[in-house]
Amino acid sequence: MAEQRTTTPPTRVTYDYVTRTIARTLGSPSKGYFLLLGAAVALLAVGIITLLYLLRYGLGLAGYSHPVYWAVFITCFVFWVGIAHSGTLISAILFLFRSGWRTAVYRTAEAMTVFAVMTAGLFPLIHIGRQWYFYWLIPYPNERGLWPNFKSPLIWDEFAIGTYFTVSTVFLIMGLIPDIAAVRDLATGWRKKLYAITSIGWTGTNEQWRHYTRGYLYLAALATPLVLSVHSVVSWDFAMAIVPGWHATIFAPYFVAGAIYSGCAMVITLLTPIRKLFGLEELITVHHYENLAKLCLLTGSIVGYAYVCEYFMAWYSGNPHERAAFWYRAFGPYWWASWTMIICNAFLPLLLWVKKIRTNITALFVISIFVNIGMWFERYVIIVVSLAGEPYEPWANAVYNPTWADWGIMAGSFGWFFMWFLLFVKNFPAVSISEVKEVLPPPTRQPAPPRAGAKHA
Amino acid sequence: MTTHTRLPLPGPLRELFHPPETPGVLGVFSHLDATLDAIKKLRAAGHTDFTVYSPIPRHEIEDALGQAVSPVRMFTLIGGIAGCSVGAWLTLWMSGDWPIVVGGKPVLSVPPYVVIMFEMTILFGALSTILGILLNSMFAARRLGTIQYDPRFTNDKFGIFVPAGSDKAANVETLLKGSGAEEVRRG
Repeated sequence: MAEQRTTTPPTRVTYDYVTRTIARTLGSPSKGYFLLLGAAVALLAVGIITLLYLLRYGLGLAGYSHPVYWAVFITCFVFWVGIAHSGTLISAILFLFRSGWRTAVYRTAEAMTVFAVMTAGLFPLIHIGRQWYFYWLIPYPNERGLWPNFKSPLIWDEFAIGTYFTVSTVFLIMGLIPDIAAVRDLATGWRKKLYAITSIGWTGTNEQWRHYTRGYLYLAALATPLVLSVHSVVSWDFAMAIVPGWHATIFAPYFVAGAIYSGCAMVITLLTPIRKLFGLEELITVHHYENLAKLCLLTGSIVGYAYVCEYFMAWYSGNPHERAAFWYRAFGPYWWASWTMIICNAFLPLLLWVKKIRTNITALFVISIFVNIGMWFERYVIIVVSLAGEPYEPWANAVYNPTWADWGIMAGSFGWFFMWFLLFVKNFPAVSISEVKEVLPPPTRQPAPPRAGAKHA
Repeated sequence: MTTHTRLPLPGPLRELFHPPETPGVLGVFSHLDATLDAIKKLRAAGHTDFTVYSPIPRHEIEDALGQAVSPVRMFTLIGGIAGCSVGAWLTLWMSGDWPIVVGGKPVLSVPPYVVIMFEMTILFGALSTILGILLNSMFAARRLGTIQYDPRFTNDKFGIFVPAGSDKAANVETLLKGSGAEEVRRG
């Protein structure tokens, strides 16, 4: 019962309060907002300048050295695709599970998904070297009439990421329409015009809701297997190859759990400043943070288990190459990266077993940043360290070190992501208006009889 | 009281988005149970094509209206099947068009193609679901005509619009007021 009481919103949170609180976030931006946006644009500028150098002088500027030809760019690609995943988890999978707490955080998470996939999509294009031939990725025959090789996981990846980007974008827009209509009816000036166009005539009639709710349900049902498939396919980019450290059947679930883990951490990282900046303390409560922390704890434990599993399998397989690869990982020249990953991802989240930490927003914010760092290093370790080790090719060992070009592109990707995200939360409702109202008790003349388990809450 | 924002649209779009006005009565409600009362009374009085506005979807309203399940699900199903077929055709036909052996595997190897078929199923299914929502909502809007609206319906008020000529409007007004409408407007 104590749990129940903490989830009940205070009585002054009415339909009108929700609409006005969220509509207020779209008003004139504060200084803090401009400061954050300026920092994001500055980072993006660093990335663009680095990209111009790469275009002019080629990929040699990055730290590639044989046999490490997949490095920071691919690490960032997997990192950003991973970040995207928890958005769809919260918006689609938890929607199907009818968990009420998702309503306050899902819009932020969903927007994060779209922008993270947008960011991830840039990396293969930068990585291919001759960036102006990016359209060779599209399945069409070359001058000899040859079609793409559909047995290659790289083409699966293109289909998976393309589908994921399209579906998560339409899913985000679909969820936005009733909320844009709600802010349209309060807005004035140019914003009213913008929202009148983007709400495409939404008025909340029973006919609209009838088709909308059904359609939304099916979109969620389609997005659920999609999100699980996308990171599985990304993991097969590695697992289908025979490089020791990559060639493991555990990769698909391992990557999916890791993706959701890093995404939940990113949701916490993003929500904390937004909640403060926009004064959403009454809509996004400690209860929501605690639930996100529990998701982190669950997926973090799966990731920790996968680490143990990997090392165990390397030893138990008796395969000398596999054993050597994992020995190199933990005690080779990249020991610092491997141990950062293990400490940040497997040990740090164990703190979340403590309720005091789970309900302390500052502590969660700090932990979430460490998890983000740890998850970036996880991909770095899997990709770079496995390639650099390559003990089955003893003449081809190399220690790869990222250069300014690698870091510049990576910084640019953070700027690109945060720029879109900040522009989004200032121009469109960052919290779902209609869905937050759905978990509130509806206004009635007679007080509704108390229900043991509310249908949607 | 301002009504729905109007945008100046070119000819064919105006026809599509702003169908001719339908005369009728609009009731504004503050309470869900009052709205449900009014829906029941209207149905008992033989009204069928009235519109209920609500800021959020509520199962109570759906149940009171006794609406059929939305045909959007057929769009999802057909889109999904079409996507799966396109995925199968794409991979099999392209492999067959220029047969080339890769990694000693058969030219037409179905297991890896399942990935493409799966992704295309989701892609086509999702896009045709969106199309289904848009088309069905548009058909409904065209059928109902341009009806009265109040900007509070997206905030915290419920509303019922009953299409009625001047002869029936008075009856509808009393019915809506009787079930607890705060405001009743004729248009």
